[in-house]
Amino acid sequence: MNNDLIGKHNFPIFEKYKDLVYLDSSATQQKPQRVIDAVTRYYSELNANPLRGLYELSVKATDAYEGARESVRRFICAQSTKEIVFTRNASESLNLIAYSWGQANITQGDEILVCISEHHSNLLPWQVLAKQKGAVLKFLECDKSGLYTAKALEKALTPRTKVFAIAQISNIFGRLNPIKEFAEIAHKNGTLIVCDAAQSAAHIPIDVQKLGVDFLAFSGHKMLAPMGIGVLYARQDLLEKMPPFLYGGEMIEYVTREGATYAELPHKFEAGTVNAGGAVGLAAAIDYISQLGFEAVQKREDELTALAFEQMKEIAHINIIGAEDAAEHHGIITFTVDDVHPHDIAAIFDADGIAIRAGHHCAQPLHEYLEIPSSARMSLAFYNDETDIARFIATLKTIRRRMGYDS
Amino acid sequence: MTADSFYGEVLADHNLHPLHKHELECATHCCKGLNPTCGDNIELNLDIRGGVITDGSFTGIGCAVSQASADIMLELIIGKTPDEAKHIAALFRKMIAGEASDEEIDELEEAGALQSISKMPARVKCALLSWNTLEKLIDEK
Repeated sequence: MNNDLIGKHNFPIFEKYKDLVYLDSSATQQKPQRVIDAVTRYYSELNANPLRGLYELSVKATDAYEGARESVRRFICAQSTKEIVFTRNASESLNLIAYSWGQANITQGDEILVCISEHHSNLLPWQVLAKQKGAVLKFLECDKSGLYTAKALEKALTPRTKVFAIAQISNIFGRLNPIKEFAEIAHKNGTLIVCDAAQSAAHIPIDVQKLGVDFLAFSGHKMLAPMGIGVLYARQDLLEKMPPFLYGGEMIEYVTREGATYAELPHKFEAGTVNAGGAVGLAAAIDYISQLGFEAVQKREDELTALAFEQMKEIAHINIIGAEDAAEHHGIITFTVDDVHPHDIAAIFDADGIAIRAGHHCAQPLHEYLEIPSSARMSLAFYNDETDIARFIATLKTIRRRMGYDS
Repeated sequence: MTADSFYGEVLADHNLHPLHKHELECATHCCKGLNPTCGDNIELNLDIRGGVITDGSFTGIGCAVSQASADIMLELIIGKTPDEAKHIAALFRKMIAGEASDEEIDELEEAGALQSISKMPARVKCALLSWNTLEKLIDEK
């Protein structure tokens, strides 16, 4: 564990904006200098088109790119680098599953089960697939605290349920779902499980083999890495049978006028020139988190979450969405303020130099289910500090007054 | 009303105590508007008789900027002809784009209170929701 890595001084954006209180890390995290340096070094010292050129520099670029894949494999405990496909982000990874696996495996009358709190990225690809194939899209509902139960899952699964899509941590509730238990239940039913780890990858250690998931997706930019690099993990036997998602350069073995045979895994799914700089940045982010240690990350984030949560509970007219226990929130606190629209809440925070999110957070069906039009969300990371929370709470207390209410 | 009202008193007042936020049973025309990025929506009702907007109202969900903008808009267009209302809407658009002259802003009366929105790009859609809906209603009339 290296405690020096925890502070804001590692992040140049906080040097540039000294008074910025950044509480929108669930949307995207800030980047440490080390990650920025790794990307700069790749383009300054290693850049050539990976996997193609028959010269030294291209070999170096390939090594950097494939080295990043090995870092990701270790990070999520996959069996083989063949199971790690680089994409642009979690959305693309989830689309890849729905298009490639879904087109080949879903037929009329099949059922697709999706959690009601899913981000649109883990809903819309399935909704479109269901429409195309004449399949049935079903929703697994949680209670108001965001809790999904094994009993409800067992009840929702039928012999026709081919796939179950669930986030490891919801981007609204911040609640950690029992993926391992749910994977066992799904598998007993012959159903595959797709896990969206976009909100969890930066906060908790992931072991895809222990979890027993068939597919898992996450984005680099939500875990200190650059935008434009994401990961799809899939079990090798599934990937081998899946058709390519995109067609083009470097995903082929042999092409004739009539057809083609495709490259080995995972390159079959990585058409065109890859984002090697992004992959190297992601590897540097993984290094950063590994050196800091998840234990330290979680301890810090849990402390700060609890600090904000306990104070928010004491303020009149503030309604927190989800569990009543701060420990269930994993750095995400979604809330409403009586009579004040979330856009106005965010505008007031912005005026005080505090960045939070407002709207439906790409989860409209959930807001409808909770019977609220929209909400505000503060989300933090280990690089936040007590001053950030104090300023957040101070502004939160003024909102109703500044909107013209007496209290 | 407190002195440090975030959007200023005019907006706060129209948001907290809108004059025209209600159903309108006598409405001859109705149009729905939606802001898909935030899910806010408005239903605009106008009673247009003898070529004049004799009454109007709105319902729906939105932030203070959108609610105040809708209320002020109705205040301005009731008693006007649809063409005059469109002229006001064009001026309002110009003001939000930061391109209106002082005389034009004067012509907008209370709607001039929304002038600062031109400096808040994230809120332009909120301010324009009711005006877009008005233009759609008149064009489809």
